[in-house]
Amino acid sequence: MSAPNQSGWKPGTPVEDHNAMSGPDTVTGNRALMLEEPLLFEIGHVETTGVDLPEPSGATTRLGGMDRAEAIGLPGLSEPEAVRHYTRLSRQNYGIDLGFFPLGSCTMKHNPRLNEKVARMPGFADVHPLQPVQTVRGALEVINELAHWLIALTGMHGVAMSPKAGAHGELCGILCIRAALEARGDARKVVLVPESAHGTNPATAAFAGYEVEDIPATPEGRVDLEALKARLGPDVAAVMITNPNTCGLFERDMKAISDAVHAAGGFVYCDGANFNAIVGKVRPGDLGVDAMHINLHKTFSTPHGGGGPGSGPVVLSEALAPYGPLPYVVRGKDGEVHLVEEENADQYGHTQSFGRMTAFHGQMGMFSRALTYMLSHGADGLKQVAEDAVLNANYVLRSLDDVLDAPFGPSGPCMHEALFSDAGFAEDISTLDLAKGLIDEGYHPMTMYFPLVVHGAMLIEPTETESKAALDQFIAALRSVAERAKAGDATLKTAPHYAPRRRLDETLAARKPVLAYEEPVAPSGQPTMSEQGGR
Amino acid sequence: MRYLPLTEADRSAMLETIGAPDVDALFSDVPEEARLTGPIEGLPMHASEMAVEKHMRRLSKKNLAASDAAFFLGAGAYKHHVPASVDHIIQRGEFLTAYTPYQPEIAQGTLQMLFEFQTQVARLYGCHVANASMYDGSTACWEAVAMASRIARGKKRKVVLSGALHPHYAEVVKTMAKFTEDEIAHASPALQAQPDNDGLIARIDDDTSCVVVQYPDILGRVTDLQPIADAAHEKGALLIVVNTEPVALGAIRSPGEMGADIVVGEGQSLGVGLQFGGPYLGLFAVTSPKHVRQMPGRLCGETVDAEGKRGFVLTLSTREQHIRREKATSNICTNSGLCALAFSVHMTLLGEKGLRRLAMENHCLACHAADRLAKVPGVSVLNDSFFNEFTIRLGTDARAVVRTLAERDILAGVSLGRLFPNNAELADGLLVAVTETTTEEDIETLASALEEVLS
Repeated sequence: MSAPNQSGWKPGTPVEDHNAMSGPDTVTGNRALMLEEPLLFEIGHVETTGVDLPEPSGATTRLGGMDRAEAIGLPGLSEPEAVRHYTRLSRQNYGIDLGFFPLGSCTMKHNPRLNEKVARMPGFADVHPLQPVQTVRGALEVINELAHWLIALTGMHGVAMSPKAGAHGELCGILCIRAALEARGDARKVVLVPESAHGTNPATAAFAGYEVEDIPATPEGRVDLEALKARLGPDVAAVMITNPNTCGLFERDMKAISDAVHAAGGFVYCDGANFNAIVGKVRPGDLGVDAMHINLHKTFSTPHGGGGPGSGPVVLSEALAPYGPLPYVVRGKDGEVHLVEEENADQYGHTQSFGRMTAFHGQMGMFSRALTYMLSHGADGLKQVAEDAVLNANYVLRSLDDVLDAPFGPSGPCMHEALFSDAGFAEDISTLDLAKGLIDEGYHPMTMYFPLVVHGAMLIEPTETESKAALDQFIAALRSVAERAKAGDATLKTAPHYAPRRRLDETLAARKPVLAYEEPVAPSGQPTMSEQGGR
Repeated sequence: MRYLPLTEADRSAMLETIGAPDVDALFSDVPEEARLTGPIEGLPMHASEMAVEKHMRRLSKKNLAASDAAFFLGAGAYKHHVPASVDHIIQRGEFLTAYTPYQPEIAQGTLQMLFEFQTQVARLYGCHVANASMYDGSTACWEAVAMASRIARGKKRKVVLSGALHPHYAEVVKTMAKFTEDEIAHASPALQAQPDNDGLIARIDDDTSCVVVQYPDILGRVTDLQPIADAAHEKGALLIVVNTEPVALGAIRSPGEMGADIVVGEGQSLGVGLQFGGPYLGLFAVTSPKHVRQMPGRLCGETVDAEGKRGFVLTLSTREQHIRREKATSNICTNSGLCALAFSVHMTLLGEKGLRRLAMENHCLACHAADRLAKVPGVSVLNDSFFNEFTIRLGTDARAVVRTLAERDILAGVSLGRLFPNNAELADGLLVAVTETTTEEDIETLASALEEVLS
């Protein structure tokens, strides 16, 4: 195992004069490269602009008499000020480019820069969604080519490309199921969801008008097949399953589950958030899945962007494909790709679509990135992705299961995520404390308190883009923090100590919500914009 | 493979630590009959960066880029100049490769940006609070309708959509309403200089949870919304205003000033670019503090840290799916963070002065275009009022004209036939959008081409 750090500094090196080392307070509140940055509203001015535009000519307007007279209150910055403002803000963020991001269920892998370059090619970035089809054949080919990959990788029949993110994809899948059931006059009311499911699953089913019921799990962390079979009946529309599941395990009985659900007249929805573990190793279509969304921002490396945009195409079985949303893209008998919309759905026999989920064609900017990623890896590389992701997760699991409790460790190998519980921590130390301690070690924390079925859960997803050296350093860091958690080290309660901010008061934020900036009012009644600048 | 750092030696050493003979042993829970033995057939093998770039460039070149044409398309997506620094900033790895800011101590960059973004959107819309963004304008529109239903507690089931709402937005609402059993009242617009506000008001009744109007509307018209707001409020309904062109609000009154309860829209115009329809940026704001807790989507709020320093966190998350599960206000768990950043940076570069100038530049060029096109024999301009987009009538099917002009690298606009395929009465209508990127030469090119084609 490599040393935890290569800088020459050793943990626990005694510091002779602590005060001399910690240094004086600064006037600015900055600490060298750690720079404080005021709000835009404290440094900008409504008369400042960073864009050169002509002075309005004063000609009469044709705005229907609706001219906006009052001040809007939007401060501007010149370009150098703006670049500095946002660059300083960026440095208060953690990102994959900076370090290891073991966030379970989120697949924080490296985002290749070729993808960014391709997405910015004028033929993709600078085309309007309503251009005549003859001027966007290349864009339609990207959609069609990506659809081909998704179908081949999942062994499914069709794919709805327009959903905007994972939860939107889930909704698309459930709406296809509901449309298919309604088409056969079957008004089923219930969707079954395991307790370990992502929160979006029950939220989606409820949004689509279904009652949600839990499916029990076995002690080893998988769906209880017998209990599920006992619950199936003519009122069950669908079962929503995550596979590999959120305990990091493959649902061994998936095929038997699908067969039982189908025999009872229902459909199987699979949450594809964890597809990275199995891409190129097994095809969900071979396991009886009817619908599955694929998070292009997870498995296929499109950037998370600090919370979106995502992209969630949904692969569909033969039974559900006819109900998929408009618009969609097909390759016709003439060899050209065609766009199917309300106008020409008849012509393509797609008359049973449940409708439109979003204004345009979906996340084109993500499609070009994801296709670039797939072409880079190829069928052989994607198989290697799953193998390395699973290898990395098992390496983390087995390197730490002596110091952390792995509740499903005895269930066999994990897939791409290692799950631990807080068993053995000192009484007043929580999973949250451990996670904040990891921040001080230079890591983004793992997913915490999820899945709900494990007490104080810590879900670690290393992904295939981490080197062994990176994992070894993380393992050493987590081992040390875990030992401190077990020993009841009080400094964990106040961690992080070295981040741009200490723990934030979330209760205050919720009790007295301040959701927009308001200028402080000066005694004269005139608001000032610079009063709090430079804090 | 350039993205995979493990070496064969690493893999062997790691397998030894794990105690597994080979990688396949780690997949032993996958039923053997379903396990694939080799790479999936029918797909290519891995390729170099150079080869992939070449392939994608070839596909890119099969499209006519907006900047290579005389370009007049709008209808919910507008071509504006985006300053170079916007793309530079959103490509910084700390923004691009960050996750949703659930760990606020190491995500203040994203969080402070979102707080600034929320403030910018709220002020632009004339609202109290805006959320941290949604997927796009059309889904934000549906979320607003769903929110109005929640506020009506299921006691009011009717949703009145203006005929002049973007038809794709209306389709999204209708699609979703099939499953929530809301009743949708909707009709196509009539080709008139003024929208039929009286007709819309007449459709509002005691069973109406909300009225949805677009401003400027799908035909580009701008009217006072106050009478609609008053009529809606009299019946206990909410007014939802949809805006698909945020630049317009640098020139025309905000929806919040005119009595809107919820204002939603598409933010693509600022910072995001055309991108063939996505990713875009859904904007969502409310005018009343009492509705904040019914809002969908993420919200960023101000607070302090343990040392008393100001900081920001995602807040009021008890509305959200990861806490509330089936009782959440929406199933959505993603916003459009990076697009929100692009919007916010562009808005910051503009500032109020720049936004107003940009808006007037758009409007003046659009006035010029309307006057020039009105001189083309056979062409009439429908609108009395508009911002940067207006409707012209060609006296012949506009779809065919659009296709013909596209052969000459003129992207003439969006035909109403494309937007309303089932209404033959609208077939000769063409929506023409003009922005600061449109030149007088482009306008002349379009006008002379129309003269030729229509003669």
